[in-house]
Amino acid sequence: MSTTATTETKPAAPAIDRIKVKVDGREIEVPKLTPDWQGKLVPTTMIQACELAKTDVPHYCYHPKLPVAGNCRMCLVEFGTPALGPDRKPVMNPDGTAKIAKSPRPAIACATPISPGMEIYTKTPGVKQMREGVLEFLLINHPLDCPICDQAGECKLQEYSVDYGQSASRFVEPKVHKPKAVDLGPRIVLDDERCILCTRCIRFTKDIAGDDALGIVNRGSYNTLTAYPGKVFDNNYTLNTVDICPVGALTSKDFRFQMRVWFLKETKSICTSCATGCNIIAGSREEKVYRYTPRENNAVNACWMCDHGRLNYKWIGREDRLTEVRRQNSEGRSEKTTWTVVLNEIGEKLKKAPHGSVAIIASARQTNEELWLLKKLANKFGALTDSIGHFGEGDKLLLNTDRTPNKTGARLTGICQASAGIKLMVIADSIKVGKVKTLIVFGEDVTKNSIEAELLDKLETLIVSDILPNETTKRAHYLLPGCAHVEKRGTFTNVKGRVQKFMKAVEAPGDARPEWEFLHDLVYNVTGQDGFLTIEGLFNEMAKDVPAFKGLTWAGLGDTGVTVPI
Amino acid sequence: MPQEYKLVLKYADEPGYTPDIECYLRHGGYNDLKKALAMQPKDLPDGKKLSPQEQIREDVKISGLRGRGGAGFSCGLKWSFVDRKSGKPIYLICNADESEPGTFKDRQIIHKDPHQLIEGMIISCFANDVKLAYIYIRGEMPEGAKLLNKALNEARAKNFLGKNILGSGYDLEIYVHRGAGAYICGEETGLIESLEGKRPYPRIKPPYFPAVLGLWMCPTIVNNVETLCDVKHIVAMGGAEYAKLGTPNNTGTRIVSLSGHVNRPGYYEIETGKVTLGQLIHDPAFGGGLRPGRSLKAVIPGGSSAKVFKAGEKFKLKKKGPDGQMVEQDVDMLDLPYDFDSLIAAGSMSGSSAIIVMDDSVDIVEALANIAEFYAHESCGQCTPCREGSLWMSKALHRLTHGEGRASDADYLVKIADNIPGGRTICAFGEACSWPVQSFVAKFKDEFVSKGKADEARRAQENAKPMEESKLAAVHH
Repeated sequence: MSTTATTETKPAAPAIDRIKVKVDGREIEVPKLTPDWQGKLVPTTMIQACELAKTDVPHYCYHPKLPVAGNCRMCLVEFGTPALGPDRKPVMNPDGTAKIAKSPRPAIACATPISPGMEIYTKTPGVKQMREGVLEFLLINHPLDCPICDQAGECKLQEYSVDYGQSASRFVEPKVHKPKAVDLGPRIVLDDERCILCTRCIRFTKDIAGDDALGIVNRGSYNTLTAYPGKVFDNNYTLNTVDICPVGALTSKDFRFQMRVWFLKETKSICTSCATGCNIIAGSREEKVYRYTPRENNAVNACWMCDHGRLNYKWIGREDRLTEVRRQNSEGRSEKTTWTVVLNEIGEKLKKAPHGSVAIIASARQTNEELWLLKKLANKFGALTDSIGHFGEGDKLLLNTDRTPNKTGARLTGICQASAGIKLMVIADSIKVGKVKTLIVFGEDVTKNSIEAELLDKLETLIVSDILPNETTKRAHYLLPGCAHVEKRGTFTNVKGRVQKFMKAVEAPGDARPEWEFLHDLVYNVTGQDGFLTIEGLFNEMAKDVPAFKGLTWAGLGDTGVTVPI
Repeated sequence: MPQEYKLVLKYADEPGYTPDIECYLRHGGYNDLKKALAMQPKDLPDGKKLSPQEQIREDVKISGLRGRGGAGFSCGLKWSFVDRKSGKPIYLICNADESEPGTFKDRQIIHKDPHQLIEGMIISCFANDVKLAYIYIRGEMPEGAKLLNKALNEARAKNFLGKNILGSGYDLEIYVHRGAGAYICGEETGLIESLEGKRPYPRIKPPYFPAVLGLWMCPTIVNNVETLCDVKHIVAMGGAEYAKLGTPNNTGTRIVSLSGHVNRPGYYEIETGKVTLGQLIHDPAFGGGLRPGRSLKAVIPGGSSAKVFKAGEKFKLKKKGPDGQMVEQDVDMLDLPYDFDSLIAAGSMSGSSAIIVMDDSVDIVEALANIAEFYAHESCGQCTPCREGSLWMSKALHRLTHGEGRASDADYLVKIADNIPGGRTICAFGEACSWPVQSFVAKFKDEFVSKGKADEARRAQENAKPMEESKLAAVHH
C-alpha cells in the first residue's frame, strides 16, 4: 500500500479514450466516457462536453448526481455530425474539412451522447429562441412572488429570466392554481405553484435517499408534486431536496423567512455531527449562523448531507455559551479573570507537576492541531491521554455511527487508541489512588463517562475547556472558553482518513478563543517550544511530526482535503 | 369504381360471424400459425441457413408493411432494430390503446375478430423469439378486454398459447393489461412505463429506444393491433404478394375510420393509395357525400392531431409523368391518394387513418377549441413546452369562443404553438397538440380574426353604453 497522501479514495481509473468535438466552433478534446450519477462510466453527454468547454448550458432538471430526466427542455441545443456519403465515408468540404450535416431537430444536451466530430451549437438564434420559449412556458403559471420567496437570490428561474426572459408577459389567461404551503413533512414545506416539475426532488429521494416518497399527480399543466397520500416526507435527507430544487417550491421549515440569501456570508466548513465529515457551506450574517448547506466533495459526500447534521448548528449561538475565562480563587469561589492570568498560572502549575501526575482527556470534536498540541503537553509530563466515544444510529448513505468528527485525528495524533475511552478507567483509578492530581479536560463532560463528580473533587487541579456548561465545567479550577468550529480554523480527519480543513465563519462570543491559540501559548509556557503562530504554520509543523500526516501542507489540502493512509 | 378491399375485416361483418374460436377455426383460423410453426430452415446460396423466424421477419420486410398506429414506420425495420444479442428476454406489446379522436378501427378488430389479432401476435412473437407478450388495451374498452381475455383462454385451451405450442417446442404467454384511460399511454414508451406500473411519462430517446431498452429495460417491440393482424396475412400470402396490394411504399390495406359530416360514416378497408380522399368522402361505396345543401369546409385526414386540409386546397406533388420523369403537378386536396406518402407530401399525415369531415355548418374556431381542450386534458405534463403550451392554447381558444376574443388572438395562438413541436418535447404529443392550432389558424385565419374583432367591437359598445342601474349598484358595492 502506498504511504503517500492522495486526493482520491480509489485507485486511479484506467485512461479513457478522448474524442474531438466542437462547441460553438471551438474544437476541444473530451473523454469519450464520463461517470454517471452512480459513478458508472457512460458515454459523455453534450452538456458535459459543453461544461469542459466552459460553455454554460442552462438547465433545470439536469443534475450531475441524479439520473437524467430530460423534462425541462431548457438545455436544448442544435448540433451537427459529420456527413456520411452513400459509401458510409465522411463527405469532405473543398477545403478538406469534414462536411457537417446539421440535425433538423434540436437535442437535449443533458441526455444526448457526443460522437467524434460532432458540432454543438449553443448560441444560435434558434437555441436562444427555444430557451426563451421554455422560460416563457415555465413562467406563465408561476406566481412571480419573488419578493416573498426564500429562493430569491439563488433561483434558476430568476437567473435565466435575466438571460432569456421577457420584460412583459403576453399571457392574458387565468393562471393555474395549486396547493400552497403544503406540509410535506417535519422539515419541508412545498409551494406547488412555484414548482416547475423538474422532478429533481423525486429522483433524489427515490434514487439517492432510497425513500420513494414523492411523486406527481394529475395531468398536464395541473401536474402537482406531492408526497404519497398518507405518507409523510420524513427521511434523514429530505432537506437536500430544498438545495436541489431550482426554484422556491421546496423550502426548509428551519430556514424559511429567516434571512435573505444574498446577505449570507458563505464559509467553507465541515459538518461536525459525525465521522463522515461532509463538506458544507456555513451561511452566516453578523456573527450568526443561519444554515448549513452541503458543499460538493466527491471523495466524501458528493452534493449531499443529512438532515441531522444540517440542523445541528443552533448550539453555536446558545445563550448559555461559556464566554468568560474563570478561575477558582483561594476561597474556592469561581471568579472571572483573563487569559494572561490563567495561562501563566496553569503554566507555572504544570511546570511543577511531577512526572505521571497529569492526565488529559481530549475530545474527538477537537481539531487535529489542537489534539497534537495536547499530545505535546502530554509527552512533556508523561501524561495519560484518552478521548471519549460518542455513538448513534447510522445509515447507509452518510450518517456514521461515530458521532464525532475527528476520532481518526485523535488516534493519529496519539491521543487515544482505535477504541476511544479504554483508558478512562485507568485515569479514574489513578485519581482515586491520588496518583493523578491534575486533570485537563477538553470538550467533554467526563462525569458522564467513568469519572464521577466526586472523583473530580479529589483533584488538586482541574483544567477544563469547553463551549457549553456541564457538570465537569462546573467543577473546573480553571475554565477556558473554547470555540465552535465555525468560529476558528483547523482540520479534521474523517473516518476514511480524509484530512479536511474548515474556515472561520463567525467571531467567537465574549472571551472565548480558538483552542489551538491558547494551547499554543500554554505549550510555549510549559515547553518553551514555539514556531507556529498561524494555523497554517501550526498545521505544517504538525504534519512534520505526525507520521500519518507526512507530506501534507495546509495549502495542499485545498478545499476538499487529502486522504491519508490510516 | 373504387371499392373496399377486405383483408383484415374479411369476415368480421359477415352475418353470423362471432368472436369465438370455433367460428374463427371454421373460417381457417390459426392455419397461418400452423404454417409458421411448421416452416423449415431455408438453405441460402452462400451455404448459410435462414431459420423460420428469420424467414418471417424477412417476409415482413419484403411486404413493405408500415405501422398502422400513426407514425407509419416500417414494421420490418422496427423488428430489425431489436437487440437480439443482449441475452435479455424480448417482449412484444400490442398497442390497443386506440385513443386518437376520430379513430375506431382497432376496436372493430378486437370486438369482432379477436382471434385474428391473437394469431397475428403469436406469429409475430414466434418470429421475434418472444416468450411473453402483452395486449395493452385502452381503459375505456372494458368489453374489448373481456373479449380478448375470453379469446386468450380459448386459444390457451387449444394449445395455440402456453407451453410447447402445437408440439413445436415454442412457448408463449399473452396477457391483457388494461390502461386507466389516458391518451398518452398510446405513445409506446409511455405505454411501457404504464405497463411497468408507473405514470405514463414517455421516455427520452436516446437512450430508451424500446428495441434496446424497453419493457423492464429489455428489448421490446410495440405494434398496433392492425399491424399485427397484417403479419398474419403476410405469412398467409407471402410478403411479395402482400406488397402487390396498395401502391409502392404504401402496401397492403388500411382500415379507414370515417367520421363527421358524411352520409355514411363508418370504417372502410381499402387498398392503401388506391382510393382518394375525395372518393372516401363522396363515393357511394364509402362516405356517400355530404348532407343535402351542405358544402365541404375542411378535412382532418389522419386523426385529430393531423394538420387540417381546407376545401379547395391545392398541393404541388411530384408525380411520374408519361415519359417516366418526375414532374410537379397541382393536385386538389380531394384527389390525394389516401396513403402515407401523399398526405405527408401535402403537409399533413394519414396518422391513424381517421378522416374527420367538416361541412360549412362548422365553426372552425369552435372545432379547434374542442381539439385543443382534448390535448390540454391529455398532456401528461412531463415536459415543459407541451405541459404549459397545450393548456395555454386551450384557454385562449376557450376565451375566443366565449366572447372574450381579441383580433390578435390568431397570431397569439400561433406564437404559442410554434414553441412546442419540432423536437422541443420528449414525445410526439408536442406535434399532436400544436399542429392542429398551426394549421387551423394558418388556413382559416380570417375566421379567427373576425371572431376576435367582433368580440372587441361588442365589448367596446358595452363599455360605451351608460351602465344600467343594477350594474352600477354592483360596481359601487
